[in-house]
Amino acid sequence: MDMTQYRGMFLEEAQEHLQKLNEALLALEGSPENRAILDEIFRSAHTLKGMSATMGFNQVAELTHNMENVLHKLRNGELRSASGIVDLLFKCVDSLDSMINDIAAGGEGDLAVENLLLELKNLNDTESQAGKPSGSMSPEKRPSPGNPAGSAVIGQHIVTSIEFNEYEKNLIKQAIDQGFHCYHIVVPIDPRCVMKSARAFMIFKNMEAIGEIIKSIPPVQEIEEEKFDTSFEIILISIEPQETVRKGLVSITEVMEPDITVISRVFSSSLPADRADPQAIVSPPLRQVDSTDSTDNRDLGAARAQNLEKTKSEQGYTPAKAKASQTVRVDTTKLDNLINLVGELVINKTRIEQIGKMNQLPDLAETLEQMDRITTDLQNVVMKVRMVPIDTVFSRFPRMVRDLAKELGKDIELVIEGKETELDRTVIDEVGDPLVHLLRNAVDHGIEEPELRAAAQKPEQGRVLLSARHEGNNVVIEVEDDGKGLNPEAIKQKAVEKGILDADGAAEISDAEAVRLVLWPGFSTAEKITDISGRGVGMDVVKNKIEALSGSINIESSFGRGTKFKIQLPLTLAIIQALLVLIEDETYAIPLSFIAETTSVMPEQVNKIQDQEVILLRGGVLPLIRLNEVLQVQPTDLPKDEEINIVVVKNGEKRVGLLVDTLIGQQEIVIKPLGKLLGNIPVVAGATILGNGQVSLIIDVAGLF
Amino acid sequence: METGIQVVACTVEGEEYAIEIKRVQEIIRVLETTRVPSSSPYISGVINLRGMVIPVMDLRKRFGLPSKAPGETARIIVINRNNEMVGVLVDSVSEVIWLPAQSVETPPSGVSGANTEFFSGIGKLGSRLLIMLNLERIFEISDSVSSGRGLF
Repeated sequence: MDMTQYRGMFLEEAQEHLQKLNEALLALEGSPENRAILDEIFRSAHTLKGMSATMGFNQVAELTHNMENVLHKLRNGELRSASGIVDLLFKCVDSLDSMINDIAAGGEGDLAVENLLLELKNLNDTESQAGKPSGSMSPEKRPSPGNPAGSAVIGQHIVTSIEFNEYEKNLIKQAIDQGFHCYHIVVPIDPRCVMKSARAFMIFKNMEAIGEIIKSIPPVQEIEEEKFDTSFEIILISIEPQETVRKGLVSITEVMEPDITVISRVFSSSLPADRADPQAIVSPPLRQVDSTDSTDNRDLGAARAQNLEKTKSEQGYTPAKAKASQTVRVDTTKLDNLINLVGELVINKTRIEQIGKMNQLPDLAETLEQMDRITTDLQNVVMKVRMVPIDTVFSRFPRMVRDLAKELGKDIELVIEGKETELDRTVIDEVGDPLVHLLRNAVDHGIEEPELRAAAQKPEQGRVLLSARHEGNNVVIEVEDDGKGLNPEAIKQKAVEKGILDADGAAEISDAEAVRLVLWPGFSTAEKITDISGRGVGMDVVKNKIEALSGSINIESSFGRGTKFKIQLPLTLAIIQALLVLIEDETYAIPLSFIAETTSVMPEQVNKIQDQEVILLRGGVLPLIRLNEVLQVQPTDLPKDEEINIVVVKNGEKRVGLLVDTLIGQQEIVIKPLGKLLGNIPVVAGATILGNGQVSLIIDVAGLF
Repeated sequence: METGIQVVACTVEGEEYAIEIKRVQEIIRVLETTRVPSSSPYISGVINLRGMVIPVMDLRKRFGLPSKAPGETARIIVINRNNEMVGVLVDSVSEVIWLPAQSVETPPSGVSGANTEFFSGIGKLGSRLLIMLNLERIFEISDSVSSGRGLF
């Protein structure tokens, strides 16, 4: 069977699972005993394994399989999720990531992971032996389900997954007292099964024929709605032996070998009275085996503690639920096509309007008004379709910050706010790199070592805040740290050393201006060069990138207290507000975000300072740029206003006046790339198509400075 | 089955040229062209191809022939270049022709004055000679674009 057509889908889903794994592992690190997180990690690894095996990516399957084994032990409490294990799992996820990337690049994902596999296997073997002094069997070696004698051994590890209420407990107790069997059954359904709910229905039917299902996980209703992954759990009370139950299940197609455990005792819920936490009192009862071995009693105590821990930590973590929302995955090129078509429609509508006007057709005008509304709506809808929550970029940062902090021996908390803020795809794709840079800077140079923080009477845990929000037609992203801040004096000194400023200039500028100097090319204040950031290239690259996205970046810093980078970006790169101007007979568009104001002067008000034309604008000197010269426009004999029109544009603190012939007006324009053949044209940021179908160039204002 | 290629035949300054048809997206009349400052001298500008902005290369300029305003028969042949459209301006487009493989010869070397570097072969069809264009060579102009930025 040819699987290539599923490759794209596989890759996308694999990426999603990797992301989930990363997030869940991070959460696991914070609350190592949290069963819900472990379950999620397990599910993701399991799904990845299934997917990759189906696609024939055996290395991926092999690695996830071994991860699964370790995870299984963690779930059963045979292993404790020490940080070593989490680190190993992180490494696995990284390798998986490389493999998936390799597959994306056309490979088979066959990377060398022998070491990882060995580590995982070692962990699996050694720890399980050490943790099992009684020499009981590992779960893989469970006795065959038909052997009821084995049931005593089966449950020796404590599974904390099921919580019974008083009623259910009584029910189980009574049933056992009356000689019934109580089974805990994990029913796995073939991952390729298309009608899971139908299979679930048959399972329930068969089971209810031989006994009573007193509980299911997830609840019956969710199972009916297919809100479960590839398996669910039921608690069955039946008089029938285990083998009958098993047969009742495996007779159904697409149901895989069930995992049946006999519950032989539900232990009482009474906890010592000094437990103040009411939640803990409700939850602890577990299924447990009728073994009175002293080892097991110790395990029991541990399980209880574990359970207490769990109820507390689970409040802070909600695993990503399988979304049942109705969404469709669409290739972005299709979306781009759609946008192009809408743009074309708008242009043609304008043409029809012109024809209508020329031929004076009132009926046509009416219809066109309707069409106008429809196309405007259409355009809005299409633009919205392209919006993506910024979480798609933010989600990889917790892991990155964690790794960096660990490497540097710092304790850092990354707080993310406003991750649901939506931005156009085109911006989302580009904004990641600058943010990585800023975060690395914050972690590496911003946040101090714990000792230094303690000495400065700050909490030892550093805090990096990454936030996003809408502000008008812009999105503001802030990266803020409570680290050592930037030292304006050191920056000024360095600026003088690097020849960016002279000594007089350094004395004149304010601290706020001094801080902005780090955005200059080649400026780096790091005292030591580290692997993480600070190689002299840095902030200026960030600044250029942000400006290429028609955005701006600002720094606020308070020495000793922290630094805040504020990035402002347009919501979309595809459509911007622009001022259309005429230069001789050519129309150009100037992005409104760069325009400070427009003004006009008489020719005699233009002065020259050292060959540079300037005007005085409200007491300040404004340098002028003749756009017709920069753009090499052929002079024409078109009549011109006597006054000179000037568009004042800004880039950061700097301002220049652009000389244009006529101001046409403000308009929303759709930015189109010029294509590779033309390459990088100076002073031109792109092109747009005007209402009359004519192509007009967009001026790259940042490139003029 | 006979092997060969289908080509679009076009003329520039009286000479007949051929472009392999599988590279051709479409053939359009000359549209209003917007000049792009500081671009390669061979590029006459950009046009609006149904909502897409595409550059147009003037083959006259590329071949170093005297430039002439496009006449009534002039056409833009839209070429798919790595999924990017590029227009090629020619004096006229005559027809689509089937060229049998044996009728295509390698271009003669040492023909002085001719732009042989742009040719990939010569197709003979009766008394007609069609010069096969090497589009990749023709589009290699990026080095001639200045990339200076900033005015002060």
